[in-house]
Amino acid sequence: MENEEHGTEVTLPHLAESLVSATVGRWLKQPGDYVQEYEVLCELITDKVNVEMPSPMEGTLTRILVQEGDIADVGAAICLIRGSDSANETPVEPAKAATQKKDKDEADQRTRYSPAVLSLAEENRIDLRKVQGTSLGGRISRKDVLAYIMNNLDSKPAASPESKPEEKAAPANRVVPENASDSRTEERKEPAASMFTAEDQIVPVSPIRKMIAQRMLQSVSEIPHAWLMIEADVSGLVALREKVKESFAAKEGVRLTVTPFVLKAVVNAIKEYPMLNSTWAEDNIIVKKDIHVSIAVGSEESVVTPVIRNADRKTIAGLAIEMEELIAKARNGKLTLSDMQGGTFTFNNTGSFGSVLSVPIINYPQAAIITLESIVRKPVVVNHDSIAIRSMANLCLSLDHRILDGKICGLFIQRVKQYLEKYDENTVIY
Amino acid sequence: MSMLKTGVAYKMAIMTYLEAIRSAMSEEMERDENVFVLGEDVGKGGVMNATKGMRDRFGERRVLDTPLAESAIVGVAIGAAMVGKKPIAEIQFADFIFPAANQIISEAAKIRYRSNNDWQCPIVIRAPYGATGGGGLYHSQCPEAVFFGTPGLKIVAPSSAYDAKGLLKAALRDGDPVLFFEHKKCYLYVSDEVPDEDYTVPIGKAAVKREGDDITVISYGMTVHHVLKAAEEVQKEGISAHVLDLRTLQPLDVPAILEAAAKTGKVMIVHEDNKTGGVGAEVAAIISEHKLYELDVPIMRLCAPDVPAVGMAPTLEKFYLPNADKVRDAMRLLAEM
Repeated sequence: MENEEHGTEVTLPHLAESLVSATVGRWLKQPGDYVQEYEVLCELITDKVNVEMPSPMEGTLTRILVQEGDIADVGAAICLIRGSDSANETPVEPAKAATQKKDKDEADQRTRYSPAVLSLAEENRIDLRKVQGTSLGGRISRKDVLAYIMNNLDSKPAASPESKPEEKAAPANRVVPENASDSRTEERKEPAASMFTAEDQIVPVSPIRKMIAQRMLQSVSEIPHAWLMIEADVSGLVALREKVKESFAAKEGVRLTVTPFVLKAVVNAIKEYPMLNSTWAEDNIIVKKDIHVSIAVGSEESVVTPVIRNADRKTIAGLAIEMEELIAKARNGKLTLSDMQGGTFTFNNTGSFGSVLSVPIINYPQAAIITLESIVRKPVVVNHDSIAIRSMANLCLSLDHRILDGKICGLFIQRVKQYLEKYDENTVIY
Repeated sequence: MSMLKTGVAYKMAIMTYLEAIRSAMSEEMERDENVFVLGEDVGKGGVMNATKGMRDRFGERRVLDTPLAESAIVGVAIGAAMVGKKPIAEIQFADFIFPAANQIISEAAKIRYRSNNDWQCPIVIRAPYGATGGGGLYHSQCPEAVFFGTPGLKIVAPSSAYDAKGLLKAALRDGDPVLFFEHKKCYLYVSDEVPDEDYTVPIGKAAVKREGDDITVISYGMTVHHVLKAAEEVQKEGISAHVLDLRTLQPLDVPAILEAAAKTGKVMIVHEDNKTGGVGAEVAAIISEHKLYELDVPIMRLCAPDVPAVGMAPTLEKFYLPNADKVRDAMRLLAEM
């Protein structure tokens, strides 16, 4: 669409099948910047992944319509670009030029923070996106920040000694479930009141954190979770890994962890119990043919789940190499949307951070998720009546109880256990 | 001005800026017989009437007429100071101070330093400066920037009668050369309460003339009054201005400047001297050096444009000189930014 004053609207592309909206991350170009075709305009945060938005045309970015952190629907305009041609063809009338300049200034000022504003915001841990600017062009002045701080302090007297009973009642209200939902949403709008003191740190929720929160909430509120755990003797696996890991690292340049061994066992079991590889669709259950395993890769701030496609067609070595690539991409923030899409089942090595038992939340809209817990050396009963020290590991499975029941999952996880316990020093990993 | 000090109420009299200067000189001459005044036509009272009646009171040897030679006026003063006198050298108009610039900058300002503290030069050079209207090029200039930044020299520029008297007394009791810039427009335009008792205003101390929390305006001399008038006007619009009168230009009261700047984060400096290289440039630099992270908007300067001097034509004069209207408009802009 042409907009005669400011140029062509750049719309949010249809990034993927199920995607109806995306959160605009960082703007890499600002109004007034000249952009080449395909140059990156901004980051788009979708389903747990950042993609870069290339410019569909060459020209001057005249206005940003969707600010950082805001959500845009697919097809909605996110910015305006005035093409190099249109500027030459239609000379802008002086009056228009003036308003245009004003608009541009105004857009600029909103995110132009003075040293005073920045230092105040830092000292008081204020998210400036929440502060209303009242100065020229909507700029946030030092006074605006001070007023914002004062407002937050004003609501504090609720926590003063006179009103202690209320203060105690408030957090209780907050955990009242379902039926109190209306008052709860209202309350949530102003958590500032009595929830924190001046010493508390207020961490603004990043777009990716928000995304994770939404997905987790959707999963636990829509999917009736059931859970079971099994203990497997992985001594053979450990011995096998010890035997091959150094030559593997030398040969492939990739560290061999226990994950691909477990993954292989899980995928083999899925092959036999395909219901685990399905999704709930109200009237139907869709059983997926391809086995694409999502692997949870965590950092201190977030977790992403890149996908190993057709995991059933890959050897232990193949899985190890592909995982290493995906983890490296995840750590460097280089995952693309296609790396993230299409998972049908999720594996999470929670043992890597020392857990021996976890209750995972299903990666929506999949049917199940399995975790590998820490491998622990402990005495176990073997050969009916003797005790030996073996390497034992727990595996935890969360399942969508609409699709799956205890019986089939019991069989599935037993099968995983059998595959795991079959490993020995002679197993071929290629 | 209320002068309550340790419970004692001082007697006050309203007097003009000019009278305050005259009374400071007279009182100091009475107090210390080494004090004397020299300059062109000072005997018959001087063209500004600053020394009016003083020859009758102190005699022609202490109210000394000189030839039209500014270099000699200051030179004689320096020599007298070195043998123990406390001379007040009057330059008829600050516009004519330049022939004495060599004496002031190369001699007076350096004597203590180059003699390794063996000699000192306690002179006061009174220089009536600034535009009164209709003065044209040679009776309106603000030459403070020429001397500003000369180590060894103290420079004061009071805006009120109280400060004029207190600072002149402090200058006369100071052991170093003091360049005393008295704004000619202030002479009769400005009157305020001055204590009957002996007092001084310390050199190097600025004064908060008005408390405010939206914008900070720093000024000195006549423009302080434009600033205060404009501050009254914008107050009605809800803009609260904090006004600092520098009073002493050298040494600048750095803590007071920084405190005033940090108070609002929005700073404007107003002076009648030209913008480039003026006192405001140094004040802005000091604030930038120490308080950048407390600034909310760029520092603003409202000064005379970089034009050689005040034009004779009323239109040019109006264009050139800062006034309350110009200050008010700039204050609004600063508050809105």
